[in-house]
Formats: sequence, structure tokens, C-alpha cells
Amino acid sequence: MITEWLLIGIVFLPLLAACASILGGARAQTLLVVGTQLAVPVMLIVLTARIADQGSLLYTLGGWTAPLGIRLLLDPLALVMLWLCAIVTAFAAWHALGDFHADNPKAGSFWPLWLLLLAGMNALFLSADLFNLYVCIELVTLSAIPLIALSDTPDALRAAMRYLLLALLASLAYLLGVALIYNASGTLDLHLLTAQTADPTALRVALALITVGLLLKAAVFPLHVWLPPAHGNAPGAVSAVLSALVVKTAIYMLYRIWYWSGIDAMAIGSVLAWLGGAALIYGGVAALLQSRLKLIIAYSTVAQLGYLLLVFALAQQTAWQGTLYQVLSHGLAKAALFLAAANVLHALGRDELTAMGRLDQTMPLTLFALALAAVSIMGLPPSGGFLAKWLLVQSAWEVQNWWILACLVVGSLLAAGYMFRILAAALQSEDLVQQEVQPIPRHQEVAALVLALGALALGFGSAPILELVNQGMPGGLPE
Amino acid sequence: MSWGLTALPLYVVLMSLVTSVLIFALGEDRQIARTVLNLTAAVAKLALIAIMIVGIQAGYHFEFRAPLLPGLDFVLIADRMTMLFSILSAVLWLITTVYAIGYLERSPDRARFFGFFSLCVAATMGVAAAGNLFTFFIFYELLTLATWPLVVHRGTAAAFAAGRIYLGYTLVGGVLLLVGLIGLYAIGGAQDFVLGGALGSVAQGSDRALQGIFLLLMFGFGVKAALLPLHSWLPRAMVAPAPVSALLHAVAVVKAGAFGLVRLVQDVFGFELSEALGMNSVLMVLASATVIYGSVLALRQSDLKRRLAYSTVSQVSYVALGVATGGTLATIGGLVHLVHQGLTKITLFFCAGNYAEGLGIHNIQELDGMGRRMPVTSVCFTVGALGMMGMPPMAGFISKWYLGSGAAAAGQHWIIAVLVASTLLNAAYFLPLVHRIWFRPLTDAGRAQPMQLGRLRAGALVIPTLIVAVLALGAGVLAGLPLSPLFWVQRLVAGGAA
Repeated sequence: MITEWLLIGIVFLPLLAACASILGGARAQTLLVVGTQLAVPVMLIVLTARIADQGSLLYTLGGWTAPLGIRLLLDPLALVMLWLCAIVTAFAAWHALGDFHADNPKAGSFWPLWLLLLAGMNALFLSADLFNLYVCIELVTLSAIPLIALSDTPDALRAAMRYLLLALLASLAYLLGVALIYNASGTLDLHLLTAQTADPTALRVALALITVGLLLKAAVFPLHVWLPPAHGNAPGAVSAVLSALVVKTAIYMLYRIWYWSGIDAMAIGSVLAWLGGAALIYGGVAALLQSRLKLIIAYSTVAQLGYLLLVFALAQQTAWQGTLYQVLSHGLAKAALFLAAANVLHALGRDELTAMGRLDQTMPLTLFALALAAVSIMGLPPSGGFLAKWLLVQSAWEVQNWWILACLVVGSLLAAGYMFRILAAALQSEDLVQQEVQPIPRHQEVAALVLALGALALGFGSAPILELVNQGMPGGLPE
Repeated sequence: MSWGLTALPLYVVLMSLVTSVLIFALGEDRQIARTVLNLTAAVAKLALIAIMIVGIQAGYHFEFRAPLLPGLDFVLIADRMTMLFSILSAVLWLITTVYAIGYLERSPDRARFFGFFSLCVAATMGVAAAGNLFTFFIFYELLTLATWPLVVHRGTAAAFAAGRIYLGYTLVGGVLLLVGLIGLYAIGGAQDFVLGGALGSVAQGSDRALQGIFLLLMFGFGVKAALLPLHSWLPRAMVAPAPVSALLHAVAVVKAGAFGLVRLVQDVFGFELSEALGMNSVLMVLASATVIYGSVLALRQSDLKRRLAYSTVSQVSYVALGVATGGTLATIGGLVHLVHQGLTKITLFFCAGNYAEGLGIHNIQELDGMGRRMPVTSVCFTVGALGMMGMPPMAGFISKWYLGSGAAAAGQHWIIAVLVASTLLNAAYFLPLVHRIWFRPLTDAGRAQPMQLGRLRAGALVIPTLIVAVLALGAGVLAGLPLSPLFWVQRLVAGGAA
């Protein structure tokens, strides 16, 4: 019984806190945020023990069974995503408390949106039917966009607007697909989908619409155009959460829909994987050409998301392990990078690479975080990124898919290229632009460093995580 | 996983790793604490290695094993090969640290320098102690990461350009290695290093794949070992401070590549299998070509450090050449050259650093008459140069003697011609330097140049130089005695045959 309450709590605690924080004063707001961010991981610990003990958990809200009621599904995949979400948002919130503190007038709108975003993501990871997923991803998008706009620069507003318009388009496509499916099958439950759909053509069209909508939300090449400006101009902590989590919500939905509904994913597998491979190369090259730190990191996200789609062509256990490991290590490393970039931006007032010289003297902790996170993004040992890349390359070799192997190799070399460009800029000691360095709160540096260390630590303790992943292999994957 | 005395190889690696972290934590200003820490750790590490030597002699088996991925273990061991490489690296770390403290006195960013320096040594120790190719790869890549900040240490545009080229080569090499490694894993599963290789059972029917994998791995290691045509990053990396070049050439990067080639032929594929696949001849030809090509290019350099760098390109390939030729004698020649070249080349680089720091000498024309102005350094340089040429009874001669006899025993007589040609070329690029130092008169510019070193700093630079020169000399002259590198390598190769 307690587990059911915890399941509900993970969704509704942030939601209630969001509502309460609109009403409360500045001080109460801080308390609510800290309380929620601390409570979610505690609840997750209990739930993890439960899953490890007894396997996946399916809960019907209010006792209404499918196809009528709302069902919550907690399986290993959902658990991995929830943990990543809990950790990243906790440290990003800690970082954000430095900017959106009680004296900042914007804090009044920042924190309710933040909690709403957290609630939306938690609910999304637990949802097991198409419409519920739709509501959740709308909640996520609609709370993320105003957070970007809170930057208050013309660039940020323009980026938020572009994100909003494209996200609405994506939602329309998704919703249309859902409507078609409901019409053809009379259910929106993921697991009942194929069994009840009589009309294969309708199903195919619907799935195509849903997939395109999700690819747009996930900023998968070539539908990525909104991502770099949005992630590059948002406030630091928001960029971190957007890149580490929000784009992955759409990828997560792709996995759920293709692998958990019993549809044959091989049909579309190679197309999605091609897009992933192209994203890897395009994002890497584009990141090499940027001159602003945050834009490099944003294009790096475009590239790294490519890794997550390769599994569709590899369709194999090792690939799935590697993919989830990539989700985790990219999440931690990318959040660390964005938080560190925010520190640089605050301290120097700008984030052009040319202005970053002698960072090892002025902000050693931040540079350390940047460097450690970079190691994981490049996929060099010892780091979570390395183990993820290893598993993916191993899988590509096992199924003899040489072009995916080539994409993985070229992608990681490009990642090394753009990451070392950042590090080289930070060690530069010639032709420096003279400028003032504003002191930044120590905890903002520590928050970035802890996340980066987490990405590094993933390179050592793979056994418990992979064991968990193995418990919940998607149904659509052959052994 | 056992954390007791058996895990000693882990503690040796951690010794340098923890030192590195502590140095970063200490920061720039606490110079005395940093120096004490550096030297204590280096000495303590030597002590740990001494304990391991005693243990191995007594037949004790050291191993640390922890799973990183399902079916893939992180393994550190201490076999005789490990010890050969780790003694070299531990001894030279201690000496180079002293030298580097003297060298970098008063220059900025010392905490960063020594932090990465220790990290680099930790990675080298890991390479030495790795018990399978997967662990080897981890430290091999860590070495790339740790060396880059040292190469670009000066922070100039030239340094960053060199750093870019270094990274370009080594990261591509790392990727080749990764793909080869995964291929090997897909065919034969995860295998520990075993003398003679453990692939015999899976070799049937997958010759093509194994050949491809061998080539991938060979080029992966070849990048760091500066094997032709992957050598050109090495001379450019000369922009790094002298202690870095010394360490890079003598123990760390280049040797890690050469050591990888040794492990590849001997302990992954095994000599018989790589012979059967025809891969030894490929390696032999590439190594021979590198030996000659490096020497020819060295002849054409007028910058002292660049000449030494091309000399390294040439000399390191002796190791690969010996191992690829096979047979007891050639293998001894190749392995012992790992140590001999290390000692000799570090002497030469220390001397080059002394000349540069003391009198601002970078070009070989400026060496005229330097025997009078910097006698100790010049004597050391001469010892190094003669050793490198292989003049009897110096260390280089011993290596070449064994290589030559081994080639004759293996019926590969053309290798003797390569060795002779290389010796002549070595003489052609080293003897003129010795001649300039001792027999040319001091130029006016050379006389007028004031000495830029204080007494303390000169001591910190010259004494380590003297020590490595004595070691280099001793390795050759006293090669017949127990505990000499030759003695150790003979035991190693004989033990493997038994």
C-alpha cells in the first residue's frame, strides 16, 4: 500500500508544491522547493527497493481499470528516468537558488514553473497510456518555455517563441495520431494497443504522426532547429534541465511507444537510426563551428541525442543497456556542463571562447567540472560515457552494422574536437581580453562539480544499474 | 575483489593518482608542501615496487580484479613485464620530479603542471600493470588526457597547435584501438594477458577478422609508439617543457605505445599466432622503415630537441622490431631496449633542457665549445649520445647486439643491415654534436651569454642529469651483473620459455 502512495506522491507532491508556491511568500517558496527536491529522492529509494525486490509495479488510479482508468507503470526504465530527473533537478535547483533567491523578483514566477516542470516529468515517466503521456509532455513543454523566457533577453524571448510554435506543431501531430488510434482501436492504453487495432493502415499513419511529433519535440536532426537557441539562451539551471531531461522525455516516449506496445519496431528502426547517425555527425560539426560556450554545449546535445536513436537499428540487449547508460551519463554530464557554463557566463558576463582564457586561475572548480564532464561526453575512460560507448560499439559489432559503428567512432572524435576546443580556450594565456571576474557563490561551482563527478562515477559502478536495466528489457527486443 | 597485499599493483597506481588529486587541491601557492608531497609519493612508490619485486621472487601472485561491465574485468597484475616497465617509470619519475622542480622554479601554473605530471605517471603505471587489453586501454586513454595539458603547458599559440596535432593523432589511435578491442572481444571474449596468447582456440576460421583486428590494434598502439607513418605528432610535441619531453620520450607516451605492441604480439595474440597470420612481418617491415626514416630525418634537424625527437622515433621502433622478430635473443634485445632507450634518452633530454635553461641554447650550432662552459652537462650528453649510437660497451650496443644475433638466429639477415645502417646514421647525427661540444672553439656569442641559473637551480638540474647518465652508463657497462636491466630481461624471457 505504501508503495502506491509513494507512486502518487512522486507526481502530486511537486504539483501541490507548485500550487502552494504561487500563494506563498519568497521564503516559503524556497522551503517548498528544497523540501520537494529532497523528498522525491527519498521516495525513490523506497520504490527502488520495492522494484528490485518484486519487479515492475502497475497501479490503477482510483481503482478504474484500463481502458477506462489512468494507469501508472513503474518499471526499470521509468525508475532510471525518475532517478536521473530527481538528481539533475536537485542539483540544478541548488544552483538556481543562487540566482533566483528570495530577493530576485523573478523568483516568484521561476519556482512554481520549476516545480510544475518537475511534476510533469515525473508523471510522464510513470504514464502508461497515450493520452496521459500527451498531457504530461504538454505540461513539460508549457512550463519549460516560460522558464526560457525568464532570461529576459531578446534572444531568449525569440528562442522561446520559436520553441513554442514548433512544440505546438509537434503536439498537434501527436494528438492527431492519438485520435486516429483511439478511433481505430477504442483504447489509448499502450499495452492494449496492437491487440485491439484492426486497421493496420490507420495504425501506421497514426504512428508516423506520433513519431514525427516526438522527433520534433526531441530536437532530433533535422528537426533540431529550435534547440540550440533555446538551450543556449535559457537561464543556466534551466538549460541544464532542458538538455539533460526535457528533450529526453520525447525520446522516452518513442521507446515506450515502439518497444512497449507490441508494434514491430524494426519497420521504422533503420530510419530512426539513420536520423540518429546524421544527428551525431551534424551536431558534432556544428558544435565545432560555434564560438559561444553555451551554444557549443547545446549543439553537443543535438549530437548526443543521436546516440539514443541508434538502438532502433541495433535492436539488441547490449544496445539497450548502452542506450540507457548513455541517457544517464549524458544527463549528468550535460547538466554539469550547462551549470559550469552558467558560472562562466555570470563571472565573465559573456561566454565567448576567446574571453575564457586563464580559467584555471580564476575559476578552478568550474573548469574542473567542465573537464570531467567533457571526459564523459567524449566517451573517454574512466566515465559513464565510456561504458555507454563501449556497449554501443560492441552491439554494433555484434550485429555487424558497420555504418553505425562508423557513426559512433566519428561522433566521438567530433565530441573530442569540440570539448578540447573549450578546454584549450580555458588554458589560453596569450592575447587575453582583459576583464573583470565577478565572484560567484561557491555552491554554484560545487553543484556543477558534483554532477560531473557523478558522470565519472558511472564509469565505475555499472553492475547495479545494468542489473536493474536487465530486469526490464523492452518486449520488442530479441534476446 | 581483494583489498589486501594482493592488490598491491592497485596501490602503486593509486599512489600517483592520489598525489595528483592532492596537488590540485593544494593549489598554486603551497610550494613546499607540494614538493614534499611529490618526493614522498615518488619514494613511497619505489618502496611499494620493491616489496612487489621481493614478492614476485618469492613466487607470490599479485592481482586486483573488479568487474566494470558484465563479463569485462578491470585487472591489475604484476608480472615480470609489469615490473620491468614500472621500475623504469618509478625511478625516472622520482628523478624527473626533482629535475622538474628545478626547471619550473618561478614559472607560473606549477600546481597544474605537477598535478597532470603525477596523473600522467599514474596512467603509465596503469599501463604497466594492466592485466588485460581492456584495462590497458583505459589507462592508455587516460594517458592521452593527462599528457595534453602538459604539452600545451606554455599556453602559447604554438603549444596549442602542437596540442591539437597530438590529440588528433592519439585520439584517432585510441578509436582504432577501441574498435579492434571490441572486435577481439566479440570473437574471443575477454581475455587476460597470457604469454603466448589465449586466442589459439578461436583462431580457426577467423583469420581474416583476426588480421584486421591485429592491424587495428597495431596502428592504435603505433600512434603513440610513433610508428611510421603515424609519427609526426612527436617532433611537434617538442614545444612542451623539457621535463615533459623527457618523460614523454623515456617512459610515458612513446613507451606506452611500444609496451602495447609488446603485449599485443606476446600476450594477446602470442608470437606463433601473429606469425601464422603474417602479422609479424608487417610489424617488422614497418618498424625497420621507422628506424631508418627517423634517423634520416634526425640528420636534417638543426634544432637540438627536434633532432632528439626524431632519434626517439627511430630508437623506439627497436622494441617493436625485436618483439616481431621473435626468438629468445631478439626478444631480449627488444625488451631491454625499452629500458636502455629510456635511460639514455632521458639523459639527452635533461641535457638539452640544461643547455636551454642555462645558456638559452636551442640550436645545434650554438653548442660549439660548450664542453668548457657546462662541463658536467656536456659529459652527460656525450654519455647519452654514445649510448644511443650503440658504441660498445654502452647500453645501446647491448640492445643492438642481441637484436642482431636474434635476427641472425631467426634467419632474417636483412635486419642486421637495418641495424648497421641505423648505427651509421646515429653516428652521423650524434657525433657532430659531440665534436662541436668538445673540439670546436667557443663562439663569441657563446662566451658572452651569461649563465642564467642560480646555484640551487643548477644543482636541481645537473644532479638528476648526472644520476640518469650514470644509470645509462651502468646499464651498459655493468650489464653482466644481477639486477641490471639485461639480467632482468633475460630472466623474464627465460621464465616465459620455461
